[in-house]
Amino acid sequence: MAPRRFRDRAVIVETGAFALILALGLAALQTALAVAGRLRRSPVLAGAAAGAAIGSALAVAVAFAALIHAFSVSDFSVANVAANSHTDKPMLYKVAGAWGSHEGSLVLWCLVLTGFGALLARARNLPFGLKTSAVATQGLLGVLFLAFAVLTSNPFARLDPAPFQGASLNPLLQDPALAFHPPLLYAGYVGFSVCFSLAVAALVEGRANAAFWPAWGRWVRPWALASWAFLTVGITLGAFWAYYELGWGGWWFWDPVENASFMPWLAGAALLHSAVVTERRGALAGWTTFLALAAFTFSMLGAFLVRSGVLTSVHAFAVDPERGMMLLAILSLTGGLAFGLFAWRAPQLKGGGIFAPVSREGALVLNNLFLTAACATVLLGTLYPLILEAANGSTISVGPPYFALTFVPLMAVALLILPAGPLLAWKRGDLPGVLQRLAVAAGLAPLLALAGWLMFEPRKALSAAGIGLGAWLIVGALAETAERVRLFRSPLAESLRRAKGLPLGAWGTTLAHAGLGVFVLGAVVETGYRAEAARPVAIGEVVEAGPWAVRLDDVRVVEGPNYLAERGLLTVTLRSGAAPRQITAERRFFPAGGQTTTEVGLDFRGLDDVYVVLGERGQSATGAPAWNVRVWWNPWARLIFLGPAIMALGGVLSLMDRRLRLGVGQRKVAA
Amino acid sequence: MRRALLIAVAALGLIGPPVVAQEPPPAPDRPLPDGAQEARAQALFDGIRCVVCQHEAIADSPAVIAADMRQLVREQVAAGRSDAEIEQDLVRRYGDFVLFQPPVRSGTWLLWFGPVALLTGILALLLFRSRRPRTEIEPLTAVEEARLADIISEAHLRRDPDAKPSDD
Repeated sequence: MAPRRFRDRAVIVETGAFALILALGLAALQTALAVAGRLRRSPVLAGAAAGAAIGSALAVAVAFAALIHAFSVSDFSVANVAANSHTDKPMLYKVAGAWGSHEGSLVLWCLVLTGFGALLARARNLPFGLKTSAVATQGLLGVLFLAFAVLTSNPFARLDPAPFQGASLNPLLQDPALAFHPPLLYAGYVGFSVCFSLAVAALVEGRANAAFWPAWGRWVRPWALASWAFLTVGITLGAFWAYYELGWGGWWFWDPVENASFMPWLAGAALLHSAVVTERRGALAGWTTFLALAAFTFSMLGAFLVRSGVLTSVHAFAVDPERGMMLLAILSLTGGLAFGLFAWRAPQLKGGGIFAPVSREGALVLNNLFLTAACATVLLGTLYPLILEAANGSTISVGPPYFALTFVPLMAVALLILPAGPLLAWKRGDLPGVLQRLAVAAGLAPLLALAGWLMFEPRKALSAAGIGLGAWLIVGALAETAERVRLFRSPLAESLRRAKGLPLGAWGTTLAHAGLGVFVLGAVVETGYRAEAARPVAIGEVVEAGPWAVRLDDVRVVEGPNYLAERGLLTVTLRSGAAPRQITAERRFFPAGGQTTTEVGLDFRGLDDVYVVLGERGQSATGAPAWNVRVWWNPWARLIFLGPAIMALGGVLSLMDRRLRLGVGQRKVAA
Repeated sequence: MRRALLIAVAALGLIGPPVVAQEPPPAPDRPLPDGAQEARAQALFDGIRCVVCQHEAIADSPAVIAADMRQLVREQVAAGRSDAEIEQDLVRRYGDFVLFQPPVRSGTWLLWFGPVALLTGILALLLFRSRRPRTEIEPLTAVEEARLADIISEAHLRRDPDAKPSDD
């Protein structure tokens, strides 16, 4: 029985390897057919290219399924499984191990790339030339990344003899949030590839008439929205994981790898907004194209930074220089060609409608300026230490203080302007009128800032100003909706009727902006007012942080499925002793990899977290066993993760807007 | 058996992140008795990089050297030295690398002022251009109108052969 089962598996693994090569071939075929179809203006060839695109996506899906199968049955004759899995691991993490390594995550990357490519190939309302060129570009991207996977990072490489046990996945990565973090993140990163392809296609097609660009803005926006929403959720899950798994009390440290995911997000956010101007007014066509190219280029830059070994961190996969060089080659080739094409064609793009500086367009231009400058800060902060070291050998570190002095003020100014944007009219806005409508927000924000100043430590004026900023964003966003439904200015029934009539896109804007305000509130309060305490405590002793007291009741040794742990039982109370609640915090030891992780004890108290880390065992002054217990009070930490979730929901609502649905828009343009 | 293993490993002090797995455990932190001084030291820890870690502040790092550096900072705080003096001393020992806030000097002007320069540059350019009188775009010529009609109708004429009537 056993040898027979082994043979079956052998076929599955080799099928995966073959499917990956087949996908590469189909992607090449897709590119060739699309180029030929475009040159000959042949719908038959273009249709065949679309078929090849779908085939390529299916082939990668087969390869990915084969890889997941190899992980789920712990087939250690596959080198990648042996290096990243273990029979003791729970099934979720066996499956997640499939994208926990460089090779596996590259297959996931290719799956998203070809999957979005197949969707693009199935899009029915794009004009022939634009669509065929975009399918060709997407095919070329597929060829490059699939070739990278097949030539340097074969996930199906065999080991002979097969080991009896695997080396396990880094235990830090064995976490539900992190199991889903890469797929969502990649859906965002690689989703921007379609925007990239559509931008290249638009530049190749070189439409010199102004009527083309509003339609193009409409076509590119759903892809940008979907990718941005995925990326928002992906980054948030990553930050949440860092928060409760790494056990250092923080959620964002401006680590180069975090920055690598943040740059495409900023570029994508800018793209969303500038595409609105292009769609509605035909203006900023060149700039929107540039951002569409930039968003995916940042994604590729991120892949290079993480996988090449120029940086190392928790996220960085084990790396070798050959892979780095090949990724750099892909990045330079695609980026160089695309931006070269842009430099050549952009001057020929005709501008759209004229607008006054104070107008919706003007506000969106400002939004783009600030987002671009913020993105430049992150780019410089990430690459500068590398460049400086290469240039003259001097080493510097760029960390949170740098971004607090550069990124934060830039964004603060942008957020001050933000609520006015959606209230301004197109072409020429009425600033005094807009400010009048924001009077409620402008009155409430300083009041709330003052309340925050009194409620928390009164010495931190900047943090209190941040509370005001968050309130300004939330109330300002709601003011826009209130204005549109004429709340309190007409009967309630009339307001309700208007609210029902509002397009989903308008609700999406309001939610996304309010969500940003929620995030700002959480980030400012948590960063500004958190309190921390750490000391060795024996059983029965107490650590106090902020208004909370944490008592260590007991420590037990427990066995998990693939780890051993010291589990601390703790009681969290107010300093007065009121409102007690039991929590546990663990230190886990994974014998398979010889690693230790902390399992944070989190007590959710309203919007606040009481965050407890059980440290090493030592001795107290009296000689009794004591554990180093570190306690944080993180006020309003819930909002940090709630805000981006609301923002992503706003993106999804906009995506569901009838006006953006492909097909509907096309007919409207044609009419 | 496994429990015994855990206890043995814990007793040997081997439980710790992989970086320090082979080292003896770091000396336990001894907070300064003066609360204000300890708070100052804690604030300094957040901006000082653990020199053997990947992008980690000494406040959070479990490495032995991070514990030593924390102790060093505490001693200097207790000795009454200012924050700037303590940071200077660290830079003298370990180089600019040790501070998460890079210095402002000729080599880092681009880093510090690049984004703001970019912002003001583009803003100035936009303001300059908006001063120039602009005309509305000329109406499309007959040839362009014809091309536009062609572009718009293309989508319906040159359909994706895969599309079924039901897809409309």
